[in-house]
Amino acid sequence: MCIYNDLGVLAPPAQPLSGMNAASNEPVISFEDVRLGFDEGDVLRGVSFRVIHKETKVLVGETGTGKTLILKLAAGLLKPASGHVRVLGDDLGSMSETQLLQFRRQIGFVFQEGALFDSMTVAENVAYRLNEDGLDEREIDARVREALGFVDMEDAIDKLPDELSGGMRRRVSIARALVSRPPIVLYDSPTAGLDPITSHTIITLILRLRDTLGVTSLMATHRLQDAFALANFRFDQANNRVVRISPAALAARNGQPSTTFLFLREGKVYFEGGQQALLESPDAYLKKFLV
Amino acid sequence: MDIIGIGSLPIVLLTGVFIGAVMVLQTASQFERFGETALTGDVVALALVRELGPAITGLLVAGRNASGMASELGSMLVTEQVDAMRAMGTDPNRKLVAPRVLATVCVLPLLTAMADFVGLVGGFVIAYFTLRIGRVEFWTRAVNALQFSDLMQGMAKPVVFGFLLATVGCYKGLTVRGGTQGVGRATTQAVVISSVLILITDFFLTKVSLFLAGGGKF
Repeated sequence: MCIYNDLGVLAPPAQPLSGMNAASNEPVISFEDVRLGFDEGDVLRGVSFRVIHKETKVLVGETGTGKTLILKLAAGLLKPASGHVRVLGDDLGSMSETQLLQFRRQIGFVFQEGALFDSMTVAENVAYRLNEDGLDEREIDARVREALGFVDMEDAIDKLPDELSGGMRRRVSIARALVSRPPIVLYDSPTAGLDPITSHTIITLILRLRDTLGVTSLMATHRLQDAFALANFRFDQANNRVVRISPAALAARNGQPSTTFLFLREGKVYFEGGQQALLESPDAYLKKFLV
Repeated sequence: MDIIGIGSLPIVLLTGVFIGAVMVLQTASQFERFGETALTGDVVALALVRELGPAITGLLVAGRNASGMASELGSMLVTEQVDAMRAMGTDPNRKLVAPRVLATVCVLPLLTAMADFVGLVGGFVIAYFTLRIGRVEFWTRAVNALQFSDLMQGMAKPVVFGFLLATVGCYKGLTVRGGTQGVGRATTQAVVISSVLILITDFFLTKVSLFLAGGGKF
């Protein structure tokens, strides 16, 4: 299923994909005609979409189209000027900051440059949320090591962020996001500025996170190849490696991809749909991204 | 407290010594005209404890620590560390602002007291060697000149100054706009605004203190 947005006409909210049961069709994240702007003018001009349970929705668009704003709205770091943002059933716009602080404990956020606390070691960064929750020190230590082991960064446990490369900082950021095992993870350009090999490592981690823990994800990116990787590959837990999803397996989902694409243009949703619909689209603007 | 208190100690002590020494030189040259150089200790003690100790210490800490707070918090803001903190369910005001304000409010009176003491020591040294004022005479007059209201004024002012400079430093840091250039601007503004506020507040606090000490009269 795909939705075109002919500029000037708002796209209707995404309908639940057919063939799935009602429980998995319940949106985990829901944007309803969201508008947000700053002094320079509106950035989001009526954005509507839904993310269902265990879905990965990839936000694509030119610089300045509001991808990061959508992530921050979903995390409750910003409030919409109008419209509604609902996450896990809560309308974030009507929540107080105290309520939002509690709500955000269900969200993992991987910032573009990692946003690690530069005066803390890797272990202290990853343990931050657990320390705030007042967990036992031994449990914190165990979970921190587990999270760092997941991203293959245990050796850097006592290092400071400025001793790490860009890719290592991203991996630690992912570990910090997943240590509390949140149901939702938000990624802001997780591979931006990284070389292809390190980007591949990051995408492998995201696949592993998606397929091991079954998280629902929203990912902003400029790199469509990362999104296609998420759509075409899965993490094989039995063999501990990434494998391509067979066409038969894709077909068995009755055309309901677990990875969908949402293109933004001039503050509105321009396209929303799966990989197949994107590749078959005759739209000239979309084709520019596929070059 | 370590960074604000211990870190500021050397400059506060150094400044205190020389402020006291300069006070003696300046006041003695005037008292010599009337043959009352013995009053030097009184005046230096009153000026240091009531006014110069709190104000100078406040301005020094504003320059050193308000700017540090603004730049540290501003850098955290532009690198999304503050957003990361909020995204993990932590209130930045509780985690970043409150400890700094509390530490400054607690530490500034202590720094002021030390500045007052070393200022008197510096003043005594100059008085002893240049004016030939004996140590017993200087210290006796300095201590006797001070009343409880002077000490209260001298200790109340740093509490207010500490709150102001820490609040301004944190506010400017957490409201940075414009990336690293904005951090630089915020740092400068934090020093300027907190310094001006200290001087203005000092005036009003002095008025109030004199009013209270004078039994309701200015």
